[in-house]
Amino acid sequence: MKMLNYAALLAVALAAPFVFPTYQAQLAFLLVMVLFSMTWDMQGGQMGYNSFGNIVFFGLGMYVCIVVQVGLVHDVAEYTAPGGSKIFRFTEAQFLEGLVLGMIAAGIAAVALAATLGAAILGLRGHYFAIGTLGLGIASGEIASGIDIIGAGSGMTPPLFPDSLGARERFFYFVFLALTVIAFLTFKWLYSGRFGLAINAIRDDEDKAEAMGLRTTRYKTVSWCVSALFLGMMGGGVGILIGFVDPRNTAFAAGTFGVWMVLMAILGGKGTLWGPVIGAVVFHLFREFFWTYLFGWQRVALGLLIVVIVVFFPTGIVGWMKKRWPERFGHRVESAAAE
Amino acid sequence: MSNLDILFQAPVLSVQLLLDGILIGAIFALAAYGMALVWGVMNIVNIVQGEFVILGGYVAYYTIHWGGHPVLGVPAAAIVLYGVGWLVYRVVIWRVVDKDLFISILATYGIAILMQQLMNEVFGADIRTAESGLGTWVLFGGDVTIAEIKVASAVATAFVALLLVWFLKNSRHGQAIRATSQNARAARIVGIDTDKVYANTYALNAAICGAAGALVSMTWVIHPFIGIPYTIRSFMIVVVAGVGNIGGVIVAALGLGAVEQFAGFILGVEFQLAFVFGLLVVILLWRNLRLRSERRVLR
Repeated sequence: MKMLNYAALLAVALAAPFVFPTYQAQLAFLLVMVLFSMTWDMQGGQMGYNSFGNIVFFGLGMYVCIVVQVGLVHDVAEYTAPGGSKIFRFTEAQFLEGLVLGMIAAGIAAVALAATLGAAILGLRGHYFAIGTLGLGIASGEIASGIDIIGAGSGMTPPLFPDSLGARERFFYFVFLALTVIAFLTFKWLYSGRFGLAINAIRDDEDKAEAMGLRTTRYKTVSWCVSALFLGMMGGGVGILIGFVDPRNTAFAAGTFGVWMVLMAILGGKGTLWGPVIGAVVFHLFREFFWTYLFGWQRVALGLLIVVIVVFFPTGIVGWMKKRWPERFGHRVESAAAE
Repeated sequence: MSNLDILFQAPVLSVQLLLDGILIGAIFALAAYGMALVWGVMNIVNIVQGEFVILGGYVAYYTIHWGGHPVLGVPAAAIVLYGVGWLVYRVVIWRVVDKDLFISILATYGIAILMQQLMNEVFGADIRTAESGLGTWVLFGGDVTIAEIKVASAVATAFVALLLVWFLKNSRHGQAIRATSQNARAARIVGIDTDKVYANTYALNAAICGAAGALVSMTWVIHPFIGIPYTIRSFMIVVVAGVGNIGGVIVAALGLGAVEQFAGFILGVEFQLAFVFGLLVVILLWRNLRLRSERRVLR
């Protein structure tokens, strides 16, 4: 029965771009959002480390992928040089080879960064971790906009998508779908085993977990690396899908993507497997609505939404459903009443 | 690193940077003190800090724009922001005072985004600066220049800080605030309306930020979206100094101002903000590492 549900969901996901051909870009971004909130929830929900800086891996992946893709064929410095009259062409084979290698490199770079920063940054707790990572996110955008070889403040244009591959949105929809499904299965597998128990223990009481002999730093770093891997690879694809990479507003967009991922996970219900997915879908619908009908006021609406969600629905949709129908989540009703 | 050589060849430049930095740091000290107050009393890290500063700047800008004397700008901003702070507390903050720490960070971050965009809609996205009508001092035969407004703001900062210390030490309200910060439950038992105290504290913080913002608008520029660096600076200063240590806050703020000026000069202006945010991370890690050696963590 459960397998059937998953199969049905997958079938819907596979059919979606053909059923709604005009919404392909939005559908692709929906998957990006789902991945955002799932990867954030691994730290924020399951491990109790509320990060505002996971966007760093996303932005890093974006830049690494483009640099690899361009670097395989052309000279990167020449490519980003302003006002160049030279036209850079990529054949289909060059583009695909660059994309695959670029996304792999993006994943590796993001994991390497997470592993390097992890031990130190994840030593911070509570307020300090949240604001430290916020600083990290904004700093990386500022640093990227000061480096000339990747276009500095004026950003970078990724290689043009070759027409022979069909619609760009549909192509990336399926790339992202594959990535999201793999990520979901990975998280499901991780949460159902010892690893999930360990990071939940860290969330509930880190000192006790440490006293019980858990190597907390190692678990925390590994968890960050897993999130970083998926975020980095996704970043590589998103850069090319958007078609332009701005250091502050697309790559290291701490003020938009960086906050949305937190919000989506909380809206759906943090610390649950499905919560972030549901939250991302609901949020994405809301956001598309705001951006379409309330243009100019969308950030006001977003700010309001943050306050409302955080203040009034801190347990999220799944948390609310758990309270409403505890028996459907495998809780016995009397034990729920005793809580 | 050629800028570093310039600094060695013309040491008088570092006097300029140092003076600039210290005078700028004085303004940071105000916002940071407000943050320390709210953090200490209500256990909330107030991310809206920077937006209060910018809003204060706009109030001062319009006060002067509509013919008010520049000296009026500071109290006008403080009074208006007191009202804004009180409103924000009554609408949102009181609901998150006793919640999880992260909830309050996220809620105030939401308000920050909201205010940024509202200011953008109301005041427009132009960069503004308020005219203080003050001149410039020239020292060392023209090598060092100091804008009088910067000196005036440092003096104003010192005045506001002294006023605050006196208020917290001696007035009834101040004593109630301190009692609540020491033990909210006990304060309630002896008949202090803690909700009122929280509202007052939060509004007071907004007023301090407003005063700082008025000085910012006269010294540099204001823009709806440049509030966050002030929040980060305040946070950094409080982390270095410790909550409830006003002397430390002032020293740390002056230090930060000076360090930032030197970094901006040596690394180039495009990296100045990156330096501020990077420094925050480094300071947090360094403090945490020192505590780790005693098997404690930053809390």
